[in-house]
Amino acid sequence: MSMRKFGIKTATAVAVFTLVTPVHAQNLGKVVSESDLVNWDISIGPDGVGLPTGSGTSAEGSNIWSEQCSACHGENGKGGPAGDLVGGVGTLTSPDHIKTVGSFWPYSTTLFDYVRRAMPYYAPGSLSDDEVYAVVAYLLSQNEIITDDTIMNADSLPRVEMPNADGFISYWPVAKK
Amino acid sequence: MTSSKLLPLSTEEHTAGNGLVSRRWLLRTGLPTLGAMGLSSGIVHAEELRVPDWSSSPGLDLTGYGQPSPFENEVVRPTLPLFPEGIGDGSGVSFTPLEKLAGTITPNGLFFERHHSGIPEIDPAEHQFAIHGLVERPLVFTVEALLRYPMVTKTCFIECAGNSLFNSFDEAQQRTAGEIHGLIGNAEWAGVSLAQLLEEAGVSPQGKWLVAEGGDAAKMSRSIPIEKAIDGDAFIALYQNGERLRPEQGYPMRLVVPGWQGSMNVKWLRRVKVVSAPVHAKDETSKYTLLQKDGKSRQFTYEMGVKSVITSPSPGREPGAKGLYQISGLAWSGAGRINKVEVSADGGASWAEALIPDQTPSRALTRFQLPWQWTGQSATLMSRATDEAGTVQPTREAWYEPYAANQIFHQNAIQAWAVSSDGGVSNVYA
Repeated sequence: MSMRKFGIKTATAVAVFTLVTPVHAQNLGKVVSESDLVNWDISIGPDGVGLPTGSGTSAEGSNIWSEQCSACHGENGKGGPAGDLVGGVGTLTSPDHIKTVGSFWPYSTTLFDYVRRAMPYYAPGSLSDDEVYAVVAYLLSQNEIITDDTIMNADSLPRVEMPNADGFISYWPVAKK
Repeated sequence: MTSSKLLPLSTEEHTAGNGLVSRRWLLRTGLPTLGAMGLSSGIVHAEELRVPDWSSSPGLDLTGYGQPSPFENEVVRPTLPLFPEGIGDGSGVSFTPLEKLAGTITPNGLFFERHHSGIPEIDPAEHQFAIHGLVERPLVFTVEALLRYPMVTKTCFIECAGNSLFNSFDEAQQRTAGEIHGLIGNAEWAGVSLAQLLEEAGVSPQGKWLVAEGGDAAKMSRSIPIEKAIDGDAFIALYQNGERLRPEQGYPMRLVVPGWQGSMNVKWLRRVKVVSAPVHAKDETSKYTLLQKDGKSRQFTYEMGVKSVITSPSPGREPGAKGLYQISGLAWSGAGRINKVEVSADGGASWAEALIPDQTPSRALTRFQLPWQWTGQSATLMSRATDEAGTVQPTREAWYEPYAANQIFHQNAIQAWAVSSDGGVSNVYA
């Protein structure tokens, strides 16, 4: 390639990043159905859409907690090396605030979503849906948000009102100060 | 050699207190090197130069993948596990050693890490990426398929929203620039436009948000406004600085959302789901939200603020003998380009404008520099960046004003380094 040609090419190739609609669509994605994604589609929003069948109570969750969760998150969800998940309600305006599921998390559904996707840390996905509901019920009960015998399932969980549900200000799309 | 072009320093070249020299002098002298500027012109002693061993016999053989010189083996990422051993192994951070690098590109092996459940060992032949949810056609892509799309390239930074968290402590921590501000890296990424793939799937009118999810054990997930992809600049990176992504950077693919919180640049990307509203994942409620003094928390604060840090002098890059030095550092903004960087040597009492390129890159690191005549007196060095939106980097006090104690996210306050009369450099709150 001559130097002159090279000069012309580099001049036109000055990289400015723009997303242009491609002239020739590639269409290399394989079309699938939503049911093919059943093992991956694990995101649960506040409306609870996608919560699986199954149920659990705090009493059932208590045993699972002792065996699978307490080493990192502490007996009763306090004092573990991974930080407190229980308590702290009313502390958010104090310099010694404690952010827990009870004092800080705005939605109960986030708890199901996260426990099912990522916990226990060394074996995520090993709990059955019933066990996830039970652990979620245990944490909500320890935080005194539900009673010991409240059954958590796809219907009841999204209706749990979290103490700090109104504690967040959305900065998207425009700051509402 | 640039020393012959050095012009004498006159008093008018000193534009701010405590020895800051005008960037005009720097421009006129044609960017002299630090070494050349500090040297005296007088010949002290001439000695016959020896021929070293490496000039006297053939060197090492060719290698398949080059490595840094063994003399550079201290240029590594300081690592910081977040939990005691046996609790959450693989969850932690490593820092880009900012003070040991020059220019603006972060080498791939030194690019900071933040993992929530270790680094997955992904076989690219078995990895798949899905787009589904509120679309006409749910799609699954192989890595091989994505490599056949038109490729976009973008040089941008990725900065962890928790960067500079060590400056949230009540007392200034004695750590290096990298150990405080090194949860940032800057690279040229190449990959596939997310808008193009979404178009192929056909987004329904109800689709307003995306949920991006990783294939690691934590299955990191974040909600992202669809505007960042459609008519935006989000893309799926396959290459970093010319080579395929490193495993710790998301191999075989990661999302890149230029200028936004680091954790939204989801690594090991396996899925983008089109939804109508944010899912309020753990890492956009429990974490990566900003608690205010009044008990309320800011959520979905995506854009990383305008920021700068002096990397030399800094702890570990002490000036040594008094004389002429280059103050050098990095500036960036999630809002776009850097318009101005100012430097102070007297703790913010006076400021001088630093030299930056005529054309600074958008949402990427900019290198600034300014000559400094260190007289041996104590000094407090600061840098203050302004971006194209006109936003000025705040003082630490102003930044903290709305926030609760120890609020660590989106810390973009001015960094102050104290230079003592013996040449030591330390982190101070000023």
